[in-house]
Amino acid sequence: MPTPLEAATLTTDTSTALPQAASTDRSFARGLMPASMPVQFLDHLGHRVQVFNDDYPEPSSQQLVAAYRAMVIGRRFDIQATALAKQGRLAVYPPSRGQEACQIGSMLALSPDDWAFPTYRDSMALVTRGLDPVEILAVPHGAAHCGYDPRASRTAPQCTPLATHLVHAVGFASGEKRKGRPTVAMAFVGDGGTSEGDFHEALNFAAVFKAPVVFLVQNNKYAISVPISRQSVAPSLGYKGIGYGIASEQVDGNDAMAVLAVLNKAVAHARSGQGPVLVEAHTYRLDAHTNADDASRYRDSAEVEDWLRRDPIPRLETWLRHKGLIDDAFVASVADQGEAFAADVRKRMAVDLAVDPMSLFDNVFATPTPQLLEQRAMLEAELEAEEASR
Amino acid sequence: MTTAARAEDICASPPPQLVTMSGAINRALRDAMTADPDVVVFGEDVGTLGGVFRVTDGISRDFGQDRCFDTPLAEAGIVGFAVGMAMAGFRPVIEMQFDAFAYPAFEQIASHVAKMRNRTAGRINLPIVIRIPFAGGIGGVEHHCDSSEAYYAHTPGLKVVTPATVEDSYSLLREAINDPDPVVFMEPKRLYWSKGSIESVLAATKFASFGRAAVRREGTDVTLVAYGPSVEVALQAALAAAESGWSVEVVDLRTLVPLDDETMVASVRKTGRCVVVQEAQGFAGVGAEIAARVQERAFHSLHAPVLRVAGLDIPYPPPKLEHLHLPDVERVLDAIARLQWDDDTDTRFLPSDSKGGAT
Repeated sequence: MPTPLEAATLTTDTSTALPQAASTDRSFARGLMPASMPVQFLDHLGHRVQVFNDDYPEPSSQQLVAAYRAMVIGRRFDIQATALAKQGRLAVYPPSRGQEACQIGSMLALSPDDWAFPTYRDSMALVTRGLDPVEILAVPHGAAHCGYDPRASRTAPQCTPLATHLVHAVGFASGEKRKGRPTVAMAFVGDGGTSEGDFHEALNFAAVFKAPVVFLVQNNKYAISVPISRQSVAPSLGYKGIGYGIASEQVDGNDAMAVLAVLNKAVAHARSGQGPVLVEAHTYRLDAHTNADDASRYRDSAEVEDWLRRDPIPRLETWLRHKGLIDDAFVASVADQGEAFAADVRKRMAVDLAVDPMSLFDNVFATPTPQLLEQRAMLEAELEAEEASR
Repeated sequence: MTTAARAEDICASPPPQLVTMSGAINRALRDAMTADPDVVVFGEDVGTLGGVFRVTDGISRDFGQDRCFDTPLAEAGIVGFAVGMAMAGFRPVIEMQFDAFAYPAFEQIASHVAKMRNRTAGRINLPIVIRIPFAGGIGGVEHHCDSSEAYYAHTPGLKVVTPATVEDSYSLLREAINDPDPVVFMEPKRLYWSKGSIESVLAATKFASFGRAAVRREGTDVTLVAYGPSVEVALQAALAAAESGWSVEVVDLRTLVPLDDETMVASVRKTGRCVVVQEAQGFAGVGAEIAARVQERAFHSLHAPVLRVAGLDIPYPPPKLEHLHLPDVERVLDAIARLQWDDDTDTRFLPSDSKGGAT
């Protein structure tokens, strides 16, 4: 069995070694229009359905098996992080349990040179990308920065102000295109974020400059407590792309096969120079907004139970077992990998993060201003006096 | 032959060629774009039109649409797009068409432009210049004349530059574009048509350094500290004050962040008196910061409290009343007159019932 970190690396390696979907047709059959119902390959019981998936080639077996493993490890990480937040090891943690198909599918659809522009709720996606889980959790762990190296990991810092990073993804993708590099940017946003002005400015800029961006809207039905019905009355959030001239789609966000199929095509479409794609993935946030939130104040347990029946992991597992692509031994091994991964996170997060107070001045500017140097000296003297008086 | 020879005798070197401030900024953009292919210019109307103040005149034509281009009309989008372009390796110089039109971009500026270096432990820096024509004095209507510098100066992670001369507008912009950190470059729009020579800075090997104030006029009795559009007002006031026998020194801050405490404090230590002149509304403004810093660093040299001459704390007034809002020579002279030149008690801020009681 691989060690936890090897498992994480393996997951990434598997994803990066995968061929892109074997589609030669990169345009969308309905032009800008999303399907009238979410694209679905597997129903909630894991049965293959053929209704709204005609445009999309089925993802490869390799990609589906990798997705299954990444979803299991991702969920175990998410549960562990939630526990760490409840224990006070993390200041806060915004979980994404239930959204595994979106989290994992988005990353497996990308090539290693592509960039991700995630939000604070996309930690599972970053685990799938192969980032160090302790670095992913750096901010709630108390670090003064995002934890990981965005350039090395080709992943922008997790963004908190909603939708503001979407325009960065557009500028970045446009810049990469101008430099002649075939990079695609995957930009994450939630249902609440689609109400922000920056979401609309990002879509419009992306369309006007034909930027190779895939906008993935994870519609998990709630913006903290506010339901989707209060955000928008559009038939699908995917419809918001049409007015900007963006090819748009909606997909069952708990069906990993469908998410991969749609995003494989979206990434290929963006990479081929045909411009951005907007994808709404219908999913559900099974947990509260964060550990500080009480979801029982705004939704009842029957609703949550209903969504539990649409869990993305057993759905894909059923299909993969049915096709003989995985067996009991594989499932057990992946579960073990998840446990080992979580144990490693637990162990490493048990250590308090030491932040050098002096480092707070290091990255305000390349060269600190005289005023910052004065303040730095003041703080240093205070800390030395404190130390001396102990 | 004789005419030419005579002209040569009279004028050993040709007179310096004068350019406007908008022309100097245009030249700075062109020179920076020539020096570095990663410098790109974008914003609203900066392409074909050349900007509403013609600052980018001809640049799109001469450098191509890839280097200087119009964007959709959305300021947050423009700034956010610049963040991404900088992450991809460009050095964007973007224009906010007017001061007040930049407010939609404030979240991008305060939450991302200013903080990216810090949020990434220095792994991503954003060499972005945000050019903002600012302040009034041109008879503009509402939303076109705001002095918004304090918002930016108050935000850690932003450098804020306010040129007051044609020469500085060229030199400081070149320095801003070379800077590894984001710079809010605030162009006093009433000075766009002012003229000066940039020949010496074109010939110089180094551009003006940030955080180095300039003493524009030397004096011994009182220091006027000013920046951007107010420097000219301070110089005129200094000239007028000389007629009343006051020798006035004028310090032009040039950059608000970083701030040159050293030069302004050295000046006040010498003169013993200080008035800050700013066009922006005074309350919680840059002038208040300067007054506080001068007071805490040169208290024992001061013969009088540091005074401020600033705009009124009102939304920018309509064109025919803007002269009442803008600090002018008279107000500066009045402030100078209040600097405790005799031993009389200043009763201005005493409660009305105790006025006149003190001796």
